[in-house]
Amino acid sequence: MSINQSGWRPEMGNSGNGCGGPATYTGNRALMLEEPLLFEIGKLSNTGLDIEEVKAPASRLGGLERKADIGLPGLSEPETVRHYTRLSRQNYAIDLGLFPLGSCTMKHNPRLNERVARMPGFADIHPLQPVDTVQGALEVIHQLAHWLVTLTGMHSVAMSPKAGAHGELCGILAIRAALEARGDTRSVILVPESAHGTNPATAAFAGYKVENIPATKDGRVDLAALQERLGPDVAAVMITNPNTCGLFERDMKAISDAVHAAGALVYCDGANFNAIVGRVRPGDLGVDAMHINLHKTFSTPHGGGGPGSGPVVFSEALTSFAPLPFVEKTADGFALVEEETAGEHHARSFGRMVAFHGQMGMFTRALAYILSHGADGLKQVAEDAVLNANYILRSLEDVLDAPFAASGPCMHEAIFSDAGLAEGFTTLDIAKALIDEGYHPMTMYFPLVVHGAMLVEPTETESKDTLDQFIGALRSVAERAKAGDEALKGAPYYAPRRRLDETQAARKPVLVWNEPQQAEAAE
Amino acid sequence: MRYLPLTPSDRQAMLAKVGAKTIDDLFADVPEAARLDGPIRDLPPHASEMAVERHMSRLAAKNQTAGDGPFFLGCGAYKHHVPATVDHIIQRGEFLTAYTPYQPEIAQGTLQMLFEFQTQVARLFGVDVANASMYDGSTACWEAITMARRVTKRAKAILSGGLHPHYVSVANTMAKFTGDHLVTATPTLTAEPDTADLIGQIDDDTSCVVVQYPDILGRIGDLSDLADACHAKKALLIAVVTEPVALGAIKSPGEMGADIVVGEGQSIGVGLQFGGPYLGLFGCSQKLVRQMPGRLCGETTDSEGKRGFVLTLSTREQHIRREKATSNICTNSGLCALAFSIHMTLLGEAGLRKLAAANHARACQAAERLSKVPGVELVSDAFFNEFTVKLSQEARPVVRALADRGVLAGVSLGRLFPEAAELANGLVVAVTETVTDEDIEALATGLQEALA
Repeated sequence: MSINQSGWRPEMGNSGNGCGGPATYTGNRALMLEEPLLFEIGKLSNTGLDIEEVKAPASRLGGLERKADIGLPGLSEPETVRHYTRLSRQNYAIDLGLFPLGSCTMKHNPRLNERVARMPGFADIHPLQPVDTVQGALEVIHQLAHWLVTLTGMHSVAMSPKAGAHGELCGILAIRAALEARGDTRSVILVPESAHGTNPATAAFAGYKVENIPATKDGRVDLAALQERLGPDVAAVMITNPNTCGLFERDMKAISDAVHAAGALVYCDGANFNAIVGRVRPGDLGVDAMHINLHKTFSTPHGGGGPGSGPVVFSEALTSFAPLPFVEKTADGFALVEEETAGEHHARSFGRMVAFHGQMGMFTRALAYILSHGADGLKQVAEDAVLNANYILRSLEDVLDAPFAASGPCMHEAIFSDAGLAEGFTTLDIAKALIDEGYHPMTMYFPLVVHGAMLVEPTETESKDTLDQFIGALRSVAERAKAGDEALKGAPYYAPRRRLDETQAARKPVLVWNEPQQAEAAE
Repeated sequence: MRYLPLTPSDRQAMLAKVGAKTIDDLFADVPEAARLDGPIRDLPPHASEMAVERHMSRLAAKNQTAGDGPFFLGCGAYKHHVPATVDHIIQRGEFLTAYTPYQPEIAQGTLQMLFEFQTQVARLFGVDVANASMYDGSTACWEAITMARRVTKRAKAILSGGLHPHYVSVANTMAKFTGDHLVTATPTLTAEPDTADLIGQIDDDTSCVVVQYPDILGRIGDLSDLADACHAKKALLIAVVTEPVALGAIKSPGEMGADIVVGEGQSIGVGLQFGGPYLGLFGCSQKLVRQMPGRLCGETTDSEGKRGFVLTLSTREQHIRREKATSNICTNSGLCALAFSIHMTLLGEAGLRKLAAANHARACQAAERLSKVPGVELVSDAFFNEFTVKLSQEARPVVRALADRGVLAGVSLGRLFPEAAELANGLVVAVTETVTDEDIEALATGLQEALA
């Protein structure tokens, strides 16, 4: 496959509007529609809502009336629908095709879960209602908590963290609280070079110094180097397992034992739990705390960057330090344990991380996902995710450098590097060319331990036919990059925009719309 | 299993391609001791869509919803009408199932929306810039405090007694670990917010003063003097807005001199959802932008000169700066930001002002009616859509009793401040555009009977 299905080849050149046809009056290209900014089409006096006027007694605003224009243009309902529908069509999405972003787990989002989350019994309840009016909501939290603890083989779970990085913070704060409770003031957290950027950022946010642990040549934590560094100043080690090279940390149990022997604790970044769910329980590997991204493993929608949800499972050693609030089953139903009701039993809790009780809208979706899959389905999720990734790895290792391919199978994601591309050709060129082929690119330049990394995570919700076509496309692009096809450097040609100038954006940031006369005056 | 497209014969063919006999060969790196030998304990096998829907419906039916009867709860989460258009658009797959816009050429929809959102939030708050969202109001509030520490290189933050107690708790939790020094207070049932007390406490070690507007008791007061007092000591004023609809009626914190304005955006487009997911709003003055946490979307051009948008200033962020980042935040509340932005577009300035006026009018009607109930005393005469009343007895059992009659009467201060006995008779009543004359009458009658 050296030519795409439309018959266009790079050597045919490009007329600047991407299709070889004449320019249009509107700048549109049939179904590819340009959309102005809201601020260019809306008016302060326009509205898309009919709001009933209420006869007011005298105003009681304390003399603070907002008199000046706020500057918020409105649109009628049809214009609003069209504005956002047109914008939506400039996005790539899982619903459109394979989205193989490594470590991000872009799998199908079941629509049943959307329906469930919108049931008024879940969507239209207030977090501060009397607890006996929200027993069903507390039961959802309790049921999901039960399955998360069961699936991970851990002792307890904190449900309130709002996303993965917030979960990391939760785990590290529990570790710090546990250490301080025994009078231990350790100050360092060890993080492998391959870790997500959130790991070192979290450790620093919680007041720790961060040190790197090197990786071995086969892409795993260097156990010997780790053992050498462990000492009385090390509070915890943060390990991602399966790791960001797509590999299972074979020595995980030995790592945990060494860390525990040195008096420190083990944090596991659970971003990649989807590779092992139903087959491996982190609790059996000596983990003390691990966050679970419900928006990854349990398929709550990513929504263009959130909201997520990051419950944290704990070992017995950390359970009593878990944050408030949480849900407990009692003789009369479900209780919400907060500051007031924590009592002596939860006196060691490190406190509250967030207003209210966590991401209810994600809990309902994740619970529906778990119940839909069941014990057999969840195990199949991990197996198909791993099989799909290995299929991609073995189908492309002859054309793309696969730095760890020789050391055995990968888990849920396959990693390639830019080694072997023609001089001057990079991972970025491959990624942008994949856009023209109709795919979202893989994760680029991460993890940092692999030069020019390309991390491909197909997930279990892709068919073999889809994978075969993707493999063909990536092979074609890789061959062009190895052959030094200059046309790649201009890709993407067919997206709503060509390559965007990120340097210009950062040098002179324009972060909000300014009316043209204002913008000129500012220059 | 309906979500898994591979067929048994696909799996066989693929195993052959990768050189494995069985799937277990691909898990060879997992030590034997860590492999589960059987199915997950107690979890039943996969279930049909109908069966799962039935299970979840039964759980949902056990909750008394805000729409079931008269409803007056607020304190950081408000019931407003969410237009049908909002929920329709956020369910379009191109928004719902997209990722963070790291490949801008195929994410202009999300990016342009974020640029518009940032502009809407900045204008609503009366500040120069806003980011692409945080988790919620409480975490945005803590991030603002840490930002003030970075900007001023001082570690003492003074928190108003009118700040939501959950927000204070979050800050207290974090400060235990970061070493920030927080000065906190419990609110008192007085007509005025604690602005004068705050001014008296600012000193040369103060990094910031954090004040909620309207405050947890619903009170509003001018922030200008407080801003001047902060600036005189080179401290920052952080204003927290948990009810953004208010800013369609009352002056923005930015206009009154706040340096950082954060808030909870749930009121506009998001819905109650038992407390999450919500939407953290974060705005500040232009000169502080490089110390901001979170994602920022900025304008640029593509290689053909066309306008486009990208995530920018990412050298502040964890994926580039790692332990030196301004925050560890990664995922934010993108889809909630979209909901907010759509709702704000439908409202427009004219609609927002009408909505705010309707909220205030309803609240005034309710305040007037409740004041006539024996044993009910209005605490403050300056409020937006939420006010506190002092009852002749403890408010918590009253709320409990009214819930049994189908009236969700408000948030008792005993629930929010269990330690403060002097607040136990306080009840915070939120009255939005969703409240009817009959609802107000039901609340008044219910209170009258409960207090008799």
